[in-house]
Amino acid sequence: MSATSSGMTPAPAPVRRPFPVRTTVLVGVVVLLLALVPWTFGAFTVATFTRALVFAVLAMSVNLLTGVAGMPTLGQAAYFGVGAYTGALVAIHWSDLGVLQLVLATLAGVVAALVTGPLAIRGRGVAFLMITLAIGEIGFSAAGRLDSVTGGTDGLSGIPPVVAVPGTEGLVNEGLIYYYVLVVAVVAYLAVAMLLRSPFGLTLRGLRDNEGRLRAVGYRTDSYALAAYVYAGGLAALAGSLWASSQRFVAPGDLGFEVSALALLAVIVGGVGSMWGACLGALVVVFTQDYLGQLFSGHAPLLLGLLFVLAVYLLPKGIAGGRSQWRRLFPRERSQEDDEAVTPV
Amino acid sequence: MTSATPALRVEGLSRHFGSLKAVDEVSFEVAPGSRHAVIGPNGAGKSTLFALVAGALPATSGSVWLHGDDVTLLTEHGRARRGLVRTFQHSSLFLTATARENVLLALQRRHGVQARPWGAVRRRRALLEEADAVLERLFLHHRAGQAAGALSHGERRQLEVAVALATSPSVLLLDEPAAGMSPADTQAFREIVLGLPSKVTVLLVEHDLDLVFGVADRVTVMQLGRHLLTGDPDEVRASDAVQKAYLGAEDTSELFVDEEGA
Ligand SMILES: Nc1ncnc2c1ncn2[C@@H]1O[C@H](COP(=O)(O)OP(=O)(O)OP(=O)(O)O)[C@@H](O)[C@H]1O
Ligand SMILES: [Mg+2]
Repeated sequence: MSATSSGMTPAPAPVRRPFPVRTTVLVGVVVLLLALVPWTFGAFTVATFTRALVFAVLAMSVNLLTGVAGMPTLGQAAYFGVGAYTGALVAIHWSDLGVLQLVLATLAGVVAALVTGPLAIRGRGVAFLMITLAIGEIGFSAAGRLDSVTGGTDGLSGIPPVVAVPGTEGLVNEGLIYYYVLVVAVVAYLAVAMLLRSPFGLTLRGLRDNEGRLRAVGYRTDSYALAAYVYAGGLAALAGSLWASSQRFVAPGDLGFEVSALALLAVIVGGVGSMWGACLGALVVVFTQDYLGQLFSGHAPLLLGLLFVLAVYLLPKGIAGGRSQWRRLFPRERSQEDDEAVTPV
Repeated sequence: MTSATPALRVEGLSRHFGSLKAVDEVSFEVAPGSRHAVIGPNGAGKSTLFALVAGALPATSGSVWLHGDDVTLLTEHGRARRGLVRTFQHSSLFLTATARENVLLALQRRHGVQARPWGAVRRRRALLEEADAVLERLFLHHRAGQAAGALSHGERRQLEVAVALATSPSVLLLDEPAAGMSPADTQAFREIVLGLPSKVTVLLVEHDLDLVFGVADRVTVMQLGRHLLTGDPDEVRASDAVQKAYLGAEDTSELFVDEEGA
């Protein structure tokens, strides 16, 4: 028999829940801190934060599939790319209005995921991973070959500055671009948070936990797997559009295997299944790559590999994976009472 | 019996695993509102029969009829939506979700909101109250907020039934629901089965023969994949063939020994 005593106190049935004050305050404080970034750091650091935020949105997309619905993916860069190119093309040929680029890019990602999704969801687990990997590779080589649309390996440059509010100037200032990305990222975060609490969010967790039982109570599970895929595709494409607006340059390298892999790394470092974990993981990955990578010039991949190993060994459940593993790392006197004896490392 | 359409009818149903005929040309009917037990020794093919009826396994041959409709070509979820729902012999739950959420998953599907991406589940009061009512019926209300993975074996068996009940089935297939339940819970479970609305038809696989003869109005006996006999409890108890098949013995009394611990 297991010795855990978690089941000793019967949980009261909280049918009526108060407004989540703590979460709201926490999110508010974090957003406030993020809003102070342009006032605190130099242009280079602000640009890194911008990239980290874009990457956080991509990581949320990966986490929605991998952590929430239980479908580990290595192909989200493809939909990120669809969004980036769509956003860029809309900006170059049609309108520099941000909202329009975001909406059309997201729609393009949704359509791309709808078309490719049925193929991907034929498998689960490793099979799904392999199919998404192939989709990612196809996206990468397509971006390099469709010269007339994507500019081939040269990429798409000449993207005009994005206009956040109709009638105002395009954003060229690094700080303002950062704010544009921050606002969209926060909206995306809140939308995902709402999704996770919704009936559909519960359905996705059911899909992860026990697809067979879900079927047995009347769910056509393939539909929900596809729906998860489509939501995630749209979210990745949204991130792609932010990428195009903030970098003002899109090239095939932006949707390479590495991007998908780093996004998955961010999710693992942050804590599979947790959205704020994924965002924090994205921050850690991007800053590791940019700062430490520069410090030890050219060794960024090695550092990221190290980060991965450290995460898996020291924080197997990720940054957001609960207090017990942190306590194990930094033991305090009173930690004995609620932790089972763990051999100190 | 009058010619009321059977709630469930299987016709020449077979399932082969290679050369093994796990279910072999089985035919029988279950009357509406009946509490119908399926018994037979280990490996008789009872669980396989349930999987075929529920649509989780494709049949090698034969057909399944629900309230007079041929559902053989219907998918598993399609049959579940029509009210043909089963529980699993080996508890099959959503282990990281709470007991309440396990029930909610079944409920939200029945209410058709399972794909709705807005509105917190936690704020759907009607749904939550319904979930807690189902849990209460299976004596699990005090565990509602616990992860299913943290429940004891017996509690998981109860939750297993709660999840199926929450779909509001018209034909409920219970595969050894009481296996591993304490005697007190088994007794209480018996009351639950007896207390189900009479419009719910129950098909029950169970090794606990006290429970079987306590609730069943019809009994089907299976052996080595084959249908041996369907009859009233008294007929089944009296049948020599059943005793030979079931125990390899002629002594009737042993039929009522609780043989647990598989
Ligand atoms: N997927 C499978 N592949 C191969 N053989 C199987 C499979 N499932 C069941 N069997 C075999 O089919 C036969 C019937 O199994 P089944 O589980 O239906 O029996 P049961 O009557 O439910 O037994 P028990 O009382 O032990 O639950 C057994 O011999 C079993 O080994
Ligand atoms: Mg069985």
